[in-house]
Amino acid sequence: MSEMLRLENLTKRYGSLTALDNVSLSVESGRIVGLLGPNGSGKTTLIKILNGLLTPTAGSATICGLAPGVKTKELVAYLPDNSFLNTWMRVEQIVDFYADFYADFRPERAYEMLTALGISPKTRLKTLSKGNKEKVCLILVMSRNARLYVLDEPIAGVDPAARDYVISTIINNYNPEATVLISTHLIADIEQILDEVIFIHQGHILLQKTVDEIREENGKSVDALFREVFKW
Amino acid sequence: MSWKPDHGSPICPQICEQMCVRIARGSLEPDSKLMSVRELAVKLGVNPNTVQRSFEQLEQQGVLYSVPGTGWYVSADVTVAKNAVKRLMQEHTAAYFAEMENLGLDMAATKQVIKEWEA
Repeated sequence: MSEMLRLENLTKRYGSLTALDNVSLSVESGRIVGLLGPNGSGKTTLIKILNGLLTPTAGSATICGLAPGVKTKELVAYLPDNSFLNTWMRVEQIVDFYADFYADFRPERAYEMLTALGISPKTRLKTLSKGNKEKVCLILVMSRNARLYVLDEPIAGVDPAARDYVISTIINNYNPEATVLISTHLIADIEQILDEVIFIHQGHILLQKTVDEIREENGKSVDALFREVFKW
Repeated sequence: MSWKPDHGSPICPQICEQMCVRIARGSLEPDSKLMSVRELAVKLGVNPNTVQRSFEQLEQQGVLYSVPGTGWYVSADVTVAKNAVKRLMQEHTAAYFAEMENLGLDMAATKQVIKEWEA
């Protein structure tokens, strides 16, 4: 196992607001990691820095030793928290588009998942429901053979049956060379597939532990611990 | 396997326990091949690393063995699994009696309750 992700004294300020405050952590390859925190805790800021969409105010983030940039975009498959598709396209066109764009994209994987979730390749994206659009986005991301998958709220908008499918897709797709970073607040649904969790709050890392460590030490699930730590 | 790990306690020992139960009960036979780590992970909805770790622990205890390149098998000798299940039964029994004691019943009274329940 090698180091996949490293943050060193990472800080991001928006004017007077500090979204990330001197965050340091390291994540190895072959891990499925939950990035958990309440709204406004800094999850999406962190994810955007990893994807080169924001630049740090101070400190650094590296992926496989590289600073976020053109090179890391080849390694990172990113699912943003909002829809990123051209809605005039048909599903099959967007699959082609992705296949053109990413060398590691596997169209056959995408079609397999589309079939499993009952989405016709001929459908225009703008006629899809919100949940189905999210499924298409996730399918596109998971069809890449990436080193790091960064999923920002991948299951929030999909129905429970599809949620189960998404979760088994993540398990099935497991690869010791790759890491999956999932940001979510729907912890109960995914905690069993996580190796470790990172609790983030007001720009600080509260803890980084394995799920079994948390259950062992606290005698409760990650979900229950989260509710306790972030009680208002 | 319709069993799923519960939410309150570490997953790895739960998987180890379930494997021992199945072996002791005979639903997994000695020297039979297990499903792959990934298949079991999908089935249980848990992380593949957790299943891998459980299998490795069971291997250390002599419950399973692995053949590189082919997969995981149940040990020919199932005494370790049976002993583990026996320990579990004792723990559950002790916990039951402790709970009944909380309800104000001593051992003899609890045994009476069991008899009445059987009838």
